[in-house]
Amino acid sequence: MAEQSSSSFEVDLGNLMAFNPHFQFSSPPSREELVRESIQQGTQLVQAIADSLFSLTSTEDRDGPIVKLPPPTTRLPREKPLPKPRPPTKWEEFAKKKGIKNYKKDKQVFDEQTGTWKRRYGYDRVNDDNDVPIIEAKMTDEPGQDPFAKRRSEKKQRVEKQEKNRLHNLKDAAKVGALPSHVQLAATALPITGSQAAPKKVSKDELGNVAGMAATATASGGKFDKKLPGEKPPKHDKKYRKFLPVVEGSGMGSLERQQTDKILNKLLSANSHNILDVGKAVNFYNVKKDKKRKSQGKDHGKTSSTSSKLNTKKSPYKKMAKKGGSSSKGKSK
Amino acid sequence: MLHIKTPKSGRARRELKKIAPKLVETGKKTLILHGTKTSNVINSVLTEIYHLKKDNAVKYTKRNDNIRPFESGGETSLEFYSLKTDCSLFVFGSHSKKRPDNLVIGRTYDHHIYDLVEVGIENFKSMQSFSYDKRFAPLIGSKPFFAFIGEGFENIEELKHIKEVLLDLFHGQAVTNLNLAGLDRVYVCTAVSSNKVFFTHCALRMKKSGTIVPRMELVEVGPSMDLVIRRHRLADESLRKQSMKTAPELKIRKEKNVSRDVIEGKIGKVYIPDQQVGSVPLPNKSKGLKRERREAKTKGEGKTHVDKKPKQQDS
Repeated sequence: MAEQSSSSFEVDLGNLMAFNPHFQFSSPPSREELVRESIQQGTQLVQAIADSLFSLTSTEDRDGPIVKLPPPTTRLPREKPLPKPRPPTKWEEFAKKKGIKNYKKDKQVFDEQTGTWKRRYGYDRVNDDNDVPIIEAKMTDEPGQDPFAKRRSEKKQRVEKQEKNRLHNLKDAAKVGALPSHVQLAATALPITGSQAAPKKVSKDELGNVAGMAATATASGGKFDKKLPGEKPPKHDKKYRKFLPVVEGSGMGSLERQQTDKILNKLLSANSHNILDVGKAVNFYNVKKDKKRKSQGKDHGKTSSTSSKLNTKKSPYKKMAKKGGSSSKGKSK
Repeated sequence: MLHIKTPKSGRARRELKKIAPKLVETGKKTLILHGTKTSNVINSVLTEIYHLKKDNAVKYTKRNDNIRPFESGGETSLEFYSLKTDCSLFVFGSHSKKRPDNLVIGRTYDHHIYDLVEVGIENFKSMQSFSYDKRFAPLIGSKPFFAFIGEGFENIEELKHIKEVLLDLFHGQAVTNLNLAGLDRVYVCTAVSSNKVFFTHCALRMKKSGTIVPRMELVEVGPSMDLVIRRHRLADESLRKQSMKTAPELKIRKEKNVSRDVIEGKIGKVYIPDQQVGSVPLPNKSKGLKRERREAKTKGEGKTHVDKKPKQQDS
C-alpha cells in the first residue's frame, strides 16, 4: 500500500547511484513489507541506472564490455590536501628563458677513443676521465701542473656545484610546500657553541678506542670481563711502569746501564739538531779550509795545505819570517 | 644546516609515493576498530563490514579504551592510527548502557577528523542468515550500485549526511572504465523515518531481456540492519571547502574556435594580425649590408685591404 509517483529518479552515473525522492510509505510498514518494498524500489532504481549505463558506448574486451563512466555528480571530499605544483628548478628556468628543449638521447654513444659503442653514463662510459691516457700540453699550461689532478679537481667542483644547486632547489620547493614525496628535509640540531660546524662523525677506530677505555673503567680494570665476539684485545693491557729486579741474574748484562743508555739515546736523538748539526760543521770546516788554501796559495806554494795543527807552535817572541802573510795562523788556534 | 633524508631502497621509495597526496585520488582505506566494550551484534557488524570491504580495510582486534570520537581529546589515537595505516575512513564500534550497539562512522582529512556519524544498530541480520544460490554471491572488490529511497535523504540534514558517508564508505574506487560484466552488488538504503535508515546489501542478477539492457533482479544476501542516527558532526566549513577543491589542471576547458561543418568536417578560423611593414626584423642580413659594414671598417683602418674588384660585365 505504498504510494509511488512518476519515476523521476536522480541518477548519478559516475557513482552508480540512484535516488528516488518521491517514495513514501503510506502507513508504517511491517518488517516484511519494508524489506519487500525496499527491494522492489531498489530494483527499479538499479534498472534505471542500468538503462543509461548500457546505452553508453562500450568497447569489447575479453572479460566483457567496457564503458567509460562519466565523472560523478555528487562530490565527495578528498582524503589528503591537493599536492602543490613544484616551482621550476634553476635549470628549468634557464632553459625556458633560452629556449633549450630537452631532446631524447640515445642509450649508446660511439666512443672515439676506443672505437666502440659505449654507455652514455655509468660503468664503462663514453669519455670517462679515467680512460684518458695522454693529455697534450697546451701553450697556456704552466709547467709543474698535473693535468690529471686538475681534471679530477674540476670534476669534483662540478659535482659540488650540482649538489649545492640540488639543495637550493629542494629548499625552494620546501618553502612552497611542494617537496617530492620521498624527500624529507630536516634541520640538524646546532651544537651548543652555536657555530654552524657539522657534528663530526666518529670513526670505527675511535669508537673502538673509546669502547676499550670504557671497558677498563671497572673495579678490576676490565680484566675479568667476558669479551664479546667482535671485541679486540685491549691495546695496553700490561703494566705501565717497569721496575728493575733487585738482584741481577747472570748472563743478563747490566740492565740498569741499558735502561739509562736507552733514555740517553732518546734524549740525544730528540734534541740532536740542537746539539750538533753534522752537515753544518762539515761545511764550516771545508769552507774554512778552502779559504785558507786560497790565501796561502797566493802567498807561497803548497806548504800551507797541511793542517795547521801539525805546524809547530810559533812563539811570539821569535821573529816571524813573514809578517804580513801568516796572520791566519794565529786565528786557527 | 639542512639535512636531506631520502629512502635508500626502491621499496621504501615506492611506499612513500603510495602514501603521498595525489592529484586524482584512488580509493580510501577503512579502519575498523572497537572500544572498551562490544556486544555480539557490534562484533558481527564489524566483521561483516570488514568482509564487504576486504581489499581496502584494516581491522584491529584489540580494544581501545581511550578513543572517544565525539570528545575533543579522545580522537588523538584515532588520528594516529589513521596516519599509520593511511586510512581516511574509520568504523568504530562500542556498546554501553546509554548507547547500545553503537557504531561511529567517520572520515578524516589530512589525518584529522573531518566528520562523524553515530548510529545505533537494530534488527541486525548477518550474511549467514540469508540463504540464496551461492552462484550469485558478489565478488570482493566489485563496484556496487546504490539505491537511496525516501524524501528524507533530501530534506533532513542527518539523513543527507549519512547518505554521503555511506556512499563514501562503500563506493570503492573512483573508476573511469567499468566492466559491465563485473557488476554484481547493490546497497539499498530506505529512509524509514526522520532518524532511521533501513540498510541492506543485495546481489545483482542480470537476466536476458529483449533489448541490450538486461533485466535486473535483486537477491538479498548481505547484512541488513536498521541504522538509528544518534549524533552527528558535520565538517567545518573552511575544511569542507578545502577538501572539495579540485586541481585547476583538471578543470574541463571549453574548446574554443572549433566548429563542425557537414561537408568539410572540423573547421577553425585563423586570425591574422595586421601586418606592420617596416618594423619587422629581417631574418637574414642581405649581402649589401654586410659589405657596407665591412667597407666602413676598412675605411676607418686606412685602407689596408684592397677593395673587391667589381664583376666584369661580359657582353
